[in-house]
Amino acid sequence: MFDDFFIRALIAGLGIALVTGPLGCFVVWRRLSYFGDTLAHSALLGVTLAYSFELNIALSVFIISSLIALILIQLQKKTNLPGDALLGLLAHSSLAVGLVVIGFLTFIRFDIMGLLFGDILAVTTDDLLVIWTGGAVILLVLKLIWKPLFASTVNYELAEAEGLNPDRAKAIFTILMAAVIAISIKMVGLLLITGMLIIPAAMARNISNSPQKMVLFSIIGGLLSVLLGLFSSLEFNTSSGPSIIMAALVLFILSLLNIKQSIKLKN
Amino acid sequence: MSSENSTLVKLNNAGFKQNDKWLVEGVSLTVKKGKIVTLIGPNGSGKSTTAKIALGIYKNIEGSVEKYTNKVGYVPQKISIDWTLPLRVYDFMLLTENIKDEAIDEALTLTGVIHLKNKNLGNLSGGEFQRVLIARAISKKPELLVLDEPVQGVDYTGEIALYELIKRISDTLNCGILLISHDLHTVMTATDHVVCLNGHVCCSGTPMDVAKNNEYKTLFGEQASQILSVYEHKHDHVHSDKGEIKKN
Repeated sequence: MFDDFFIRALIAGLGIALVTGPLGCFVVWRRLSYFGDTLAHSALLGVTLAYSFELNIALSVFIISSLIALILIQLQKKTNLPGDALLGLLAHSSLAVGLVVIGFLTFIRFDIMGLLFGDILAVTTDDLLVIWTGGAVILLVLKLIWKPLFASTVNYELAEAEGLNPDRAKAIFTILMAAVIAISIKMVGLLLITGMLIIPAAMARNISNSPQKMVLFSIIGGLLSVLLGLFSSLEFNTSSGPSIIMAALVLFILSLLNIKQSIKLKN
Repeated sequence: MSSENSTLVKLNNAGFKQNDKWLVEGVSLTVKKGKIVTLIGPNGSGKSTTAKIALGIYKNIEGSVEKYTNKVGYVPQKISIDWTLPLRVYDFMLLTENIKDEAIDEALTLTGVIHLKNKNLGNLSGGEFQRVLIARAISKKPELLVLDEPVQGVDYTGEIALYELIKRISDTLNCGILLISHDLHTVMTATDHVVCLNGHVCCSGTPMDVAKNNEYKTLFGEQASQILSVYEHKHDHVHSDKGEIKKN
């Protein structure tokens, strides 16, 4: 029926959508989309280092992204520059360093397009293992820090005053962001991964009235995007990463229609 | 030992500095079970800062805070909630602790906003939101309640009812309350201990002690101290239009 590589792609994509759904909601709520971009850009450096020192790609990306997040926190404390300027600085300099390092690694043939936009069809069985175990750990940790993280997203001082330790939750969440980028970089690529986090969550925001519902719809939206995207990429022979993001966009547009309708009903 | 047991939070010569400017310094106070401690003082005198020190929100403080409870309910003065979150009153009630539905309903009924339970938090009026904030703080049956201008934006009759409710809660739950209010008139009836702030502790004591204090008089004016004494020996005379507090 379908080829093995396509089945693997489906399993990988669905696994990633399960994780990006809830995490994406926090990215939208906490206004972290540019932060996600920055971590994703730094992933290129992670990939090149993985090739240079023959490390596992996901592990190397995870380490570099976490490092960039740490540097960001330090820069925020030590400088008076606004957050978005710092994010831009880190995003583009780590991307530049990554590209320069690639230039030196002449002995390896890089699939730059695959790195930037993803190559889900090249997913191996080992990758599946990384995605599903990594994803399970990420979801478990997110569940454990949900209360303090959500409370401090609503209001930091309430969470702190009532003993929930929001700083620790924030630090752990930053690590989870690095981890989700590490496991999904191969599928959607570093330029599109933030889209996978934000677009299903944004779609879910349009049709939900409680945080739990938004998380649920965000997961469903992500899963549908992967299914729609992958089958249409097979049908129309388009690249898989962009097809998945485009499917998510279509769902988002549909959710806008829902808003219009509910406004009409109110009037 | 017994006095230590009833102490919920204790500030020892505490202060907080931001951008090389003291927001408040040298504050010592103790909140015990079943007691209401009220902070008064002009704008910018460090009332909210003192509350945040007591709550442990500010970390790098001068002096020390001893906190003996983790069951805390907090009504902040200003709260900015990001409306990118789809949040109903019900979800907000569960924000920091998973409390039972009955406890949620009870608290919302006490503050008169049970009908808003499934409304989106962003659609509430200022007074309604304030009532929800109070309900959330009391629903978790805290040992320590910190209320920073809890009735701001609430209509006048509601204000009185809410202060009565706060007093009742302190009695029934036997919790300690740290209250901030600029409304001397209403507050003083129920307060056990008053701390008058103006960047530091001006004076403190029972409402009567504070009312007699000269520093207090210069801060709030002669009229304010009369209001205090009215409550100390209430019912022995009628007051006309002196209900208005004039702040200098």
